[in-house]
Amino acid sequence: MAAELSHWIIVPVVLPLLAGGGLVLLERVRPAWVREVSLASVLLQLAVAVHLLAWADSGRVGAYLLGNWPAPFGIALALDRLGALMLLLTAAVALASVLYARGGDEARSPHFHALFQFQLMGLNGAFLTADLFNLFVFFEVLLIASYGLLLHGGGAGRLRASVHYVIFNLAGSALFLIAVAMLFGVTGTLNMADLALRVAQLGAEDAVLVRSAALLLLVVFCVKAALLPLYFWLPDAYGSATPPVAALFAIMTKVGVYAIARMYTLVFGDGGGVAAHVAWPWLPAFALGTLALAAVGALAARRMRTLAAYIVIASAGTLLLAVGLGTEAGVAAAVFYLVNSTLVAAALFLLVDRIAALRGSLRDRLRPAPLPQGGWASTGALYAVFAISAAGVPPLAGFLGKGFVLDAALAAPMTVAAWTVILVSSLGLLIALARAGTTLFWAGQDGAAPAAAAAHGAHRLALLWLLLLVIANAVFAGALAQFAQSTARQLAERRPYIDAVLGTKPVAPLRTPRQGVKK
Amino acid sequence: MELMLAISLGLLTAVGLWLLLRARTFDAILGLTLLSYAVNVFIFLMERVRIGVPPIIAKGTAPTLANYADPLPQALVLTAIVISFGMTALLLVIALRAQAETGCDHVDGAEEGDDGEPASSRRKDGG
Repeated sequence: MAAELSHWIIVPVVLPLLAGGGLVLLERVRPAWVREVSLASVLLQLAVAVHLLAWADSGRVGAYLLGNWPAPFGIALALDRLGALMLLLTAAVALASVLYARGGDEARSPHFHALFQFQLMGLNGAFLTADLFNLFVFFEVLLIASYGLLLHGGGAGRLRASVHYVIFNLAGSALFLIAVAMLFGVTGTLNMADLALRVAQLGAEDAVLVRSAALLLLVVFCVKAALLPLYFWLPDAYGSATPPVAALFAIMTKVGVYAIARMYTLVFGDGGGVAAHVAWPWLPAFALGTLALAAVGALAARRMRTLAAYIVIASAGTLLLAVGLGTEAGVAAAVFYLVNSTLVAAALFLLVDRIAALRGSLRDRLRPAPLPQGGWASTGALYAVFAISAAGVPPLAGFLGKGFVLDAALAAPMTVAAWTVILVSSLGLLIALARAGTTLFWAGQDGAAPAAAAAHGAHRLALLWLLLLVIANAVFAGALAQFAQSTARQLAERRPYIDAVLGTKPVAPLRTPRQGVKK
Repeated sequence: MELMLAISLGLLTAVGLWLLLRARTFDAILGLTLLSYAVNVFIFLMERVRIGVPPIIAKGTAPTLANYADPLPQALVLTAIVISFGMTALLLVIALRAQAETGCDHVDGAEEGDDGEPASSRRKDGG
């Protein structure tokens, strides 16, 4: 079983690492090849992710021992349904992003593609690792690449957003380390599977320590996921990043959601002993607050990019509410909604850039302007599709996702609050998106429209790819819902993951070690 | 000894947090540095305070944790130090650039009471 997967599981980490490192060298020698190599690397990652997802969909959990050390001692990677889905989603969004960057954004400052690949490495690694400290390291990898990407293009606005973003995340990293150290001090292990077993055995005397470590960890993941008191950095950072970067960042908040879904089902879930269900009293309440404020922010947004950023926050709120219900149905709903919300957020960030380019000096400000000529109708149609899916209106998958979340909330203690906030915030988002759409596309003023720059072929291709994915997501919603169900079941079972990680034996050496060389 | 270490950790964290909340880039960087010192010592101490025990197994002593220090926290601290060092260097560069572009070392790029727009006219005062 393990042999069948062999080394595929590490490819999503090694491939972007080699590509990124190679690109730094290639930039000097063959600058024209850089974009092609970067694109090829992303395409390969997509293919590998599809292969891994097909493997994981059989319900198996694959483990890979880095350095061939037995599991609780060395670092292990593990692949299950959730991890494989996140890998595929990352590769899909990255493809759109890297395609769009070919339309000119890549040239705004050096090293774009190298940083892009390092960011992918950090993302893929975070989704694969089965070691808590290794998760911290991959978080730092993706963060340090994201600092560079956020600054891509330069300018005072981006610098200002970066200062907030970097300081905030560094403080978050310090908290992460404190939480990890506390867990290590109490349990003596960092391997997530081993941690799950050890935490379950802790006595009441360690309850306070392990529960506070678990909640500290929750704060850290909520920094990444942009939950209520910790999201104020996001609109500024996402709003000022270059469009392909902002599109890739759409997956970054999902890293936090993923980490919460992983840790709080595996370690602090049903089998968590004294620390069982430690996050569930907190998460839904903050998630509902996030959702409500995101809707207010979306309604108050004066620029289209800010609106898109608040949609990212709203989706994080919805996802964490679903996860925070603490039920299998909730996790399944979150997995289903996660795909659609990520794709739509990425698509909106890219589309906003097209809108801004066509409108000339007004850029993406939500004020009536003379309607541009060429390509305006198709841009409007794209906006309609993405907005429908983002707001959660039938017939696209955003509607189904929110439906699943509502359905899962029926069984939870806070049904009334959850239903009210989800429905009212959806209405708020719908109004904000519809108002933005009418202002941008219908409320035309008389006057000469700016000469529209023709859309670059790469821009069209990237948006087409995302449109295809969003529609496919709605068409194959049944299959995805089934996949989400089995993902949630796999997470709730815990046992397969723990057995796979701790049960994988180191590979025997190919040949017997050489006898000691005598000097 | 535990008490002394605990007090110094608390002091480091408190000073780090206070500096972090001062909303000046230089203070924030200093605060983050102090905070990461505190975190590093904290990780180190998670293996309990012990003196005179080596982390490397030597001949003649039974290989149990009673005779040796756990090397893992030391490896973790090393990783954490390297990462926080790199991050601080990056933050310094960003802070310096932000200071040059906005002419002010407030983390918002503008003094309190301003409308938030970093005026390039103020750049002259910033030196």
